[in-house]
Amino acid sequence: MSLTRAEVVRVADLARLRLSDGEIDAMQSQLSRILEHVSALQAVDVTGVEPTAQVTDLVNALRTDANWPSLERTAAIRNSADTDLGMFRVKAVFEEH
Amino acid sequence: MKYIATIGLEVHAQIRTSSKMFCGCRTDAAHAAPNTNVCPTCLGLPGALPVPNRSAIEQIVKTGIALHSTIAADSTMSRKNYFYPDLPSSYQRSQFEDPLCIGGHVDIVVNGIDRRINLTRIHIEEDTGKLNHMPDGTSLVDYNRAGVPLMEIVSEPEIESAEEARLYFQSLHQLLSWIGVNSGNLEEGALRCDANVSVRPEGQKEFGSKVEIKNVNSFRNVERAINFEIERQTQVLTDGGKITQSTRGWNDATGKTVEQRSKEFAHDYRYFPDPDIPPFHMERSLVDQIATTLPELPTVRRNRFIEQYAVSIADAELLTTNTTVAAFYETTVAAVVKNNGTARDASVWILGEFFRLLNDQGESLTEAATRMTPAHIAELIGLLNNGTITRASAKEVFEICYREGTAPESIVAARGMAVIGDSDALLKMARDAVAANPKAVADFKAGKEAAVKFLVGQIMRQSRGQASPQAAESAVVAALAEV
Ligand SMILES: [Zn+2]
Repeated sequence: MSLTRAEVVRVADLARLRLSDGEIDAMQSQLSRILEHVSALQAVDVTGVEPTAQVTDLVNALRTDANWPSLERTAAIRNSADTDLGMFRVKAVFEEH
Repeated sequence: MKYIATIGLEVHAQIRTSSKMFCGCRTDAAHAAPNTNVCPTCLGLPGALPVPNRSAIEQIVKTGIALHSTIAADSTMSRKNYFYPDLPSSYQRSQFEDPLCIGGHVDIVVNGIDRRINLTRIHIEEDTGKLNHMPDGTSLVDYNRAGVPLMEIVSEPEIESAEEARLYFQSLHQLLSWIGVNSGNLEEGALRCDANVSVRPEGQKEFGSKVEIKNVNSFRNVERAINFEIERQTQVLTDGGKITQSTRGWNDATGKTVEQRSKEFAHDYRYFPDPDIPPFHMERSLVDQIATTLPELPTVRRNRFIEQYAVSIADAELLTTNTTVAAFYETTVAAVVKNNGTARDASVWILGEFFRLLNDQGESLTEAATRMTPAHIAELIGLLNNGTITRASAKEVFEICYREGTAPESIVAARGMAVIGDSDALLKMARDAVAANPKAVADFKAGKEAAVKFLVGQIMRQSRGQASPQAAESAVVAALAEV
């Protein structure tokens, strides 16, 4: 199981990671090794085992529709790099053509 | 070459809850100051644990039953991963592999022909925050809406025209309000629509590349945006061009769709089961119990009105616009029938005078009904049917009752609006009219019968519509015989 360089670039892009050429090379081999490790599990015989995405065995962990206090706004936006009018400021991300 | 369009709609409806999908923050985003309905969970802060809202899930099940879906015994939440500033945790909690409701359908009538639009699924989703684009190009983000519970209703790609799409959207809007799971407030974005539109040459089997039009939020714009897109794609293909799969936004001001290019719409959402949220299991008994909370559905009630009260299809449609109107109508019918009137009397007055006044005043039925009650309408119809007042007076009494909420009998008594059937009083009015209109008398003598109608009209005017028209005509004939 070996990743192509293009796949690494694609995954980095989706994860919003900016990688240098050297880092891409390093990631290509490291990620490939991780995938190899995981693919070793595919040798295990899982006949008759129900697939699951959970390990807790919990089901219907629900709450009643009731309100609880929200954060003070000053606390909510405190860690933002830039705020205005009680809101988080972000750079333009949306281009229209 | 002729081209045919294929349309699928994804409708996002806000579920009526007081708290968000996974936390206790309030859901009244439209009425709260920015970032005041937020907490660590809906801000996506590390370590917060989302816990699903039972009521939201049950309301989706209720909707699924109303739309003839199969309710899945087991369903799960997934994460839809993408980066966009309106999404604080960089993934949206949604359902992917195992939605809560599968299949279903919406029946609509297009140009008098019944059409069934099948549903793919209805699933749980959380809303995103709101971006306010600033003149300097930056955006200010308000997360009040983030985490508000939504249901996404996905149709099969089998809608064939923009009009059909609008009717489908309108029908969903009516139903969701009717069963009480959505406020129906389009201005506040309680119901939003994305449309997938593709065009292909007639006779071609495989669909053309689909273009997604985002966030069209009014009935009129759904139709406009889709029509624009069908024409645009047809033109591109006619000119020998190619349609590529893309996302476009509707611009209301220009009446056009505009391509939205953004790295963030990567269309590679890498869905995976949300490890924070254990799966849901719906007991059959709970589904059955939720089914019992459904009211009589709009089409069923409409058909019953046609059968039971002999109203026309068009009138029945109007009387089942929403549950408030339907309930008001039925209460009125009961009161009118008790008062020797008919169901038809009730629909005539409600759809005629009452709706006209509501429209003029820009008032809701609920507001007006605090003054104009079904009992008042029944009383008024009674006074008209037993000859106490004329039809002209009845309209006036109706309007006074609408404005003041006074009982029709009191209005008639206080204002002396009962029919003038007294022949002496009418004869006097007729003689006055004859004396005041020598030209009409001359016309009459010259054989013009219309002169009688004119003189009756004078009496009706003088009596402010209270004279009985037949008695007034007899009086005019008698007065003319005297000259
Ligand atoms: Zn919250």
